[in-house]
Amino acid sequence: MHSSLTRIAAALIASTMLAGVANAETIRWARSSDALTLDPHSQNQGVTHTFAHHIYETLLDRAVSGELQPRLATEWHIKEGDPTVWVFKLREGVKFHDGADFTAEDVVFSLNRARSEGSNMKQLHAEVAEVRAIDDHTVEVQMIGPSPLYPNNITNTFMMDKTWSEAHDLQEVQDFGAGETNYAVLNTNGTGPYTLESREVDVRSVLKLNEGWWGETPAVTEIHFLPISDNATRIAALLSGDVDIVQDVPVQDIERLQNSAGFKVETGPENRIIYFGYKFGEAPLKSSNITDSNPINNPLVREAMELALDRDAIQRVVMRGQSVPAGIANPPFVNGWTAELDAYPKPDIEKAKALLAEAGYPDGFTITLDTPNNRYVNDEAISTAYVGMLGQIGIKVTLASRPVAEHSPIILANESDFYLLGWGVPTFDSAYIFNDLVHTKNATHGTYNVGLYSNPEIDDKIIALGTETDLEKRNASIAEIWKVVKADRVLLPVHNQVLAYAMRDDLTLPVHPENQPYMTMVKFAE
Amino acid sequence: MLAFIARRLAQSVVVMLVVAFIAFLVFRYVGDPVSSMLGQDSTMADHEALRERLGLNEPFYVQFYHFVTNALQGQFGISYRLQQPVSQLIMERLPATIELAFASSIIALVLGVGLGIYTALRQRTFGTGVIMTLSLIGVSLPTFLIGIGLIYIFAVELKWLPSFGRGQVVDLGWWRTGLLTESGLRSLILPAITLSLFQLTLIMRLVRAEMLEVLRTDYIRFAKARGLSQRAINFGHALRNTMVPVITITGLQLGSVIAFAIITETVFQWPGVGSLFVNSVAVVDVPVMAAYLVFVALVFVVINLIVDILYFIVDPRLRDGAKSGR
Repeated sequence: MHSSLTRIAAALIASTMLAGVANAETIRWARSSDALTLDPHSQNQGVTHTFAHHIYETLLDRAVSGELQPRLATEWHIKEGDPTVWVFKLREGVKFHDGADFTAEDVVFSLNRARSEGSNMKQLHAEVAEVRAIDDHTVEVQMIGPSPLYPNNITNTFMMDKTWSEAHDLQEVQDFGAGETNYAVLNTNGTGPYTLESREVDVRSVLKLNEGWWGETPAVTEIHFLPISDNATRIAALLSGDVDIVQDVPVQDIERLQNSAGFKVETGPENRIIYFGYKFGEAPLKSSNITDSNPINNPLVREAMELALDRDAIQRVVMRGQSVPAGIANPPFVNGWTAELDAYPKPDIEKAKALLAEAGYPDGFTITLDTPNNRYVNDEAISTAYVGMLGQIGIKVTLASRPVAEHSPIILANESDFYLLGWGVPTFDSAYIFNDLVHTKNATHGTYNVGLYSNPEIDDKIIALGTETDLEKRNASIAEIWKVVKADRVLLPVHNQVLAYAMRDDLTLPVHPENQPYMTMVKFAE
Repeated sequence: MLAFIARRLAQSVVVMLVVAFIAFLVFRYVGDPVSSMLGQDSTMADHEALRERLGLNEPFYVQFYHFVTNALQGQFGISYRLQQPVSQLIMERLPATIELAFASSIIALVLGVGLGIYTALRQRTFGTGVIMTLSLIGVSLPTFLIGIGLIYIFAVELKWLPSFGRGQVVDLGWWRTGLLTESGLRSLILPAITLSLFQLTLIMRLVRAEMLEVLRTDYIRFAKARGLSQRAINFGHALRNTMVPVITITGLQLGSVIAFAIITETVFQWPGVGSLFVNSVAVVDVPVMAAYLVFVALVFVVINLIVDILYFIVDPRLRDGAKSGR
């Protein structure tokens, strides 16, 4: 009697365990910070978008390879005979979480909302003149001029339901200045694979599978999204079994986690270049002992600075192998990247010293390097390493290290002589880099061209890229611009960052180049 | 009595205004909220427009004036980071902080008094030596290290307790408590111990010193001479007379525990007002920072007021002085 009871109990336990494996569906997913808002158009920020991708959907998105793929739009092309119009064919049979049908009217509403005054997404839609619904499942986007790359800009523009939005007075995006909050900040109604079950800001958000989702049913049916800001605590939470996936893994923990039984780390390149920039122009630098000229304006000095930069040493020592050294300020996924451009010179101290002497600075000079210390992976350590390297050729650098909230305003006010910055390229096209980092700084372009490099010839070419529809000609032009940018050493690239996701070793989640993994992609081992 | 309280309240308002004023003076140096709000895809024109809309181009005293006039109407604005009303964010976070502060104060009080008495009565024993040495470590190790150490021992290695968070909470409508669920109580243990260590050692050393002092006084000797039991002397007479300063210190410490649980809350991802403040500083969320600092000032002002009133009641000299002044 007793033994049969034991056997039944054992069988019961075994069966629940089996069921547990088959339905091991809840994923506890930890990141360093929470989504800022649930309003899909109010913030243009990675964590917020990544979270939103589980509830809302975009017309197109990016595969793990970086390529555009269909989502709510099944086809997209330039209208025949009119290069200024993009046509999107919408997926049929898609429903919002509240049961309403997804139609062209919703796309028109959402795109208009995303490009409205209060939206932080509006810059990505700056070339749009009008959005028209042609029939229930066709939308035309009228551009101001030919915009051959517009689809690249919409991978984070989410679709809302027009009726629901109007019922809750959401035509406008949250206005910070107005001092009131809107309904969409805390409530959602998307077409995505998960619905919002509950949310406590900075604590926990629970998502449940949307049974009516149009896609293939994912293995994960419930998500607990858990922000844990402290690095050590986040890793401890994984090791103690309190979470299943940690998205933001500090570089120094990768090796240890790889060697811990029961856990694994997946790594992959991120679409983010880390580079040094410096001040161009004749005016003497504020932070230098050379008071009659700007040494950096001399191409020989910039060449010497590049020859002093030992990218491989930074990769090996500072980044513990977790970076991809780069010779061009353009991540490898991005249109315009070539292996030839990405080649970088071997460090050569003697030659660098000779170049400085030739430029008229045999004793070097002094300068201040501004670096953030909480924005990029090991940002301050990279800068510290480079300070030492420049010291070897006689350039005496003072390091000014600040949190990003203080670093950014100094940079944006063009007040830095020499700085470290990182740049992601969400459109996966070089024009995005040229527009903001290379074009002469003015009200609409060159926002982060804070070294004030200015080359009118290049500016014309950059502007022409925006409307060039012949892709071959366009790519040739991009190559020409890069040639000049590299020859002039407008930016001094260091490396591309590498992303690492740590997880239980029975899970699989590929690294996404934009750091936007979907929990729908999680696979459980058999 | 009423006049006394009224005068104290008036002074409290001045204190809070001064704190807010200094806060706004300092905010200009903590960075620019606009660049973190707008992100990479934004033009200089966008930056300028948002700065204008938020009133960040105004001189700080104008911003301060707007803050005070709005605060007087109960308006603390919208968080730049989370886009929710600041007063609501703080009220949502407050229960977590208060529960943590009280739990750690109770641990500190019970263990602190107990160990203090033990070390005072058994002066030259091995146990006292160990406790006194450990208390030095507790005082000198940074909270951050203690927290991480506890997490590694009890969560990662032994897997007895959760490594972060507050566990399941029960919503009572006006208060979300973690004290009514098992996971909530388990989650409370490590952060409460971490936060209590400093206070614990403080109270223990205070009780010990006071006890030693009192045990040398004449009336204890007389009590011994009267033949009272050791127990009655130690607990009935000596301890009672050491408790007055201990209660004062614990009360005042409660204020700083509520206000400065920041590090413990960050290490344990405890969803209280301290971690809200830390997250806000990183992105220069001025409305939250301002409201939090004023709130902390309020906590100190209220606790000091209560202590003052208690003195007023306890100390007859103060009371009579007030009477004759009337």
